[in-house]
Amino acid sequence: MNVEQVLFYLFAVGAIAGCSGVVLSRNPINSAVSLVAAFFFLAGNYVLLHANFMAIVQILVYAGAIMVLFLFVLMLLNQRDEELGPRTFSIAPLLGIFAAAVVSVTIGAGFMSYRNATANFPGEVPLSFGTAEQIGRSLMTTHLLPFELVSLLLLVGIVSAVVVAKRRL
Amino acid sequence: MFSPIDFAILLLKIGVITLGFALPIGGLLTLYGDRKLSALIQNRVGPNRAKVFGIQSSLLSLPQFVADGIKMLFKEDAMPDNADRFWHFIAPALALLPAITLWAVIPFGDLYCTGTVQVKDYMDVCVGGEQKNYFSIANLDAGLLYVFAISSISVYGAALAGWSTNSKFALIGGLRSTAQMISYEVTMGLSLAGTMLIYGTLNLNEMAQQQGALLGGWLPAWGIVYQPVAFFLFFIAMMAETKRAPFDVPEGESEIVAGYFTEFSALKFGAIQLSEYVGTIFVGALVATIFFGGWQVPFLYGDGFHFGSGGVDIAVPYEGVVALRLVAFIAKTLFFVLLQFMLRWTLPRFRYDQIMNLGWKILLPISIANLVITAIIVLAF
Repeated sequence: MNVEQVLFYLFAVGAIAGCSGVVLSRNPINSAVSLVAAFFFLAGNYVLLHANFMAIVQILVYAGAIMVLFLFVLMLLNQRDEELGPRTFSIAPLLGIFAAAVVSVTIGAGFMSYRNATANFPGEVPLSFGTAEQIGRSLMTTHLLPFELVSLLLLVGIVSAVVVAKRRL
Repeated sequence: MFSPIDFAILLLKIGVITLGFALPIGGLLTLYGDRKLSALIQNRVGPNRAKVFGIQSSLLSLPQFVADGIKMLFKEDAMPDNADRFWHFIAPALALLPAITLWAVIPFGDLYCTGTVQVKDYMDVCVGGEQKNYFSIANLDAGLLYVFAISSISVYGAALAGWSTNSKFALIGGLRSTAQMISYEVTMGLSLAGTMLIYGTLNLNEMAQQQGALLGGWLPAWGIVYQPVAFFLFFIAMMAETKRAPFDVPEGESEIVAGYFTEFSALKFGAIQLSEYVGTIFVGALVATIFFGGWQVPFLYGDGFHFGSGGVDIAVPYEGVVALRLVAFIAKTLFFVLLQFMLRWTLPRFRYDQIMNLGWKILLPISIANLVITAIIVLAF
C-alpha cells in the first residue's frame, strides 16, 4: 500500500465512524460533533481525489457554518440525559441497519461492475483540476444555468426565512 | 512524491512557525501584553510583586511571567461534578488547534529562488532555478479560503467549552461566543471578497507578490491603497473573532464570571487563553499579508532597492533581501498586534446588542456595498 491508500482507508474508517456516531450516540451534541468529524474525514478524501477546493468549501460551509448553527440550537435547548426519555428498544433501528446494508451493497455492486466494465481510467488528472479557478470557470461557462438557478433557490430560502421570522417579530 | 529532505524541511517549517513563532510570541503576549502593556496604556503600574530570592526588582516584570507560568502548570485541574468529562477534556484542545492550524498558509517570505533573480515589472522572476517554498508551511492555491474554513471551525472550541461544564454562566458565554463569531464571519468573508477581485487569486503568497508594484512610480500598491474600507471592516471583524476586548462579551467577567471558560483551570485555561493570543497574532499576520504587502519591503526587490524607474539604486545580495523581508513581515505583524492591544485596552466592552447591531446592521451592509462597488470598478477597468 502506498501513502495515498493508507490515508484513504484512514479517512474512510474515520468517516464511517463519524457517521455511526451521529446515529448511535444518545446525546444530540455528540451526534452533531460526530457529523462534523465525518465532514472532516470526507474532506480528507476529497483532497486525495485532487479536489482541494471542494474539500475546503466542504469544511467552510458544512462544518463551519451549518453545523455551528445546529450546535447553537442544540446548546440553546440543552437537553439533559433524563429529558431524552427512557432507553427503549424498538424495531426501527434494526430495520434501518438492514435498509442501509441493502443500499450500500447495491451501490457498491454498481460501482464494481462499472469499474470492471471500463478498462481505461481517465488517468493522470491535470494539475489545474479542482482548483478554485477551474471550478469557477466551469461554473460560469458550462454550468451557468444550474448555477444561476441554485442562486435563485438560495434567494427564495433567504426571503422565506425573513417571512417566517417577520411573523414573530 | 515526497523526498525525505522535503519532509524534513516541512517538519522544520511546522516546528519553527508554530513552536518557534506563534506559540512563544502568543505566550509572551499573554503575559506582557495583558499585564504590563495594559498597565502602561491605562496608566497603572501593573503586577510588580513577584520577587527573585526575596529581592524586589522590576526586571521588566520577568519574574512575574515565570510565576504566572509556574502557577498555571501546577494548579489543580478542577472539573465540575456534572460536567461532560469528554468534552471538558477536549474543548481546550479544540480551541487551540484551529488557532495553530491557521498558520499553515501564512507566507513569511517569498518562494526562495535557487537560480538568479531578475526584476521585471516590479516582480521577481526566477531564472535558471527552482522556486522553493521555504517560508510558508503550505503554499495553498486556495489559501484564503483555507483561512476562512479553519477560522469558522474555531467556534467549536468556545461553544463546547461553554456547554460541557454544565454551568449556566459558561453556557451563556458559549452561546454568546457562537453568536458573535458566526455574525462576524460573514463580514470577514465579504470584506475580503473585494480584495480577491483585485488580486484575482486566493493564494496569499501571490497576493503579497502583487503588492510589490508601485503606483505612479512611488506609492507601494499595498492592499490598503486599493481597499481601504475592506481593511477597516476586516480588522474589526477579525478583532471580534478573537473574542477579546472590546468584543469580549463571551467572557464578560462583570456579568458571567469568565464566560465560557469559567470552569477551566490549570493548563486547560492556559490553552484557551493561548488560543486567543495566537489568534491575535494571526490577525496581525493576515492583515499584514493582505493589506500591507506581506513580506514586501517598499522599493526592495530581488536584487536591491529600486527608487526610480531605472535599475538598482542600492544593491543587496539575495540572502539579504530574504532576511530583510522576513524581518519586515514579522515587524508588520507585531505592529498590528500592538495596534490591537492599544484598541483593546482603550475601548470599554460593547454591550451584546451593540455588538450584534454593529455586525449585522453596520458592517455587513458596508461590506456588501464595498464588494459591489469594487466589482463594478474591476469590471470597468
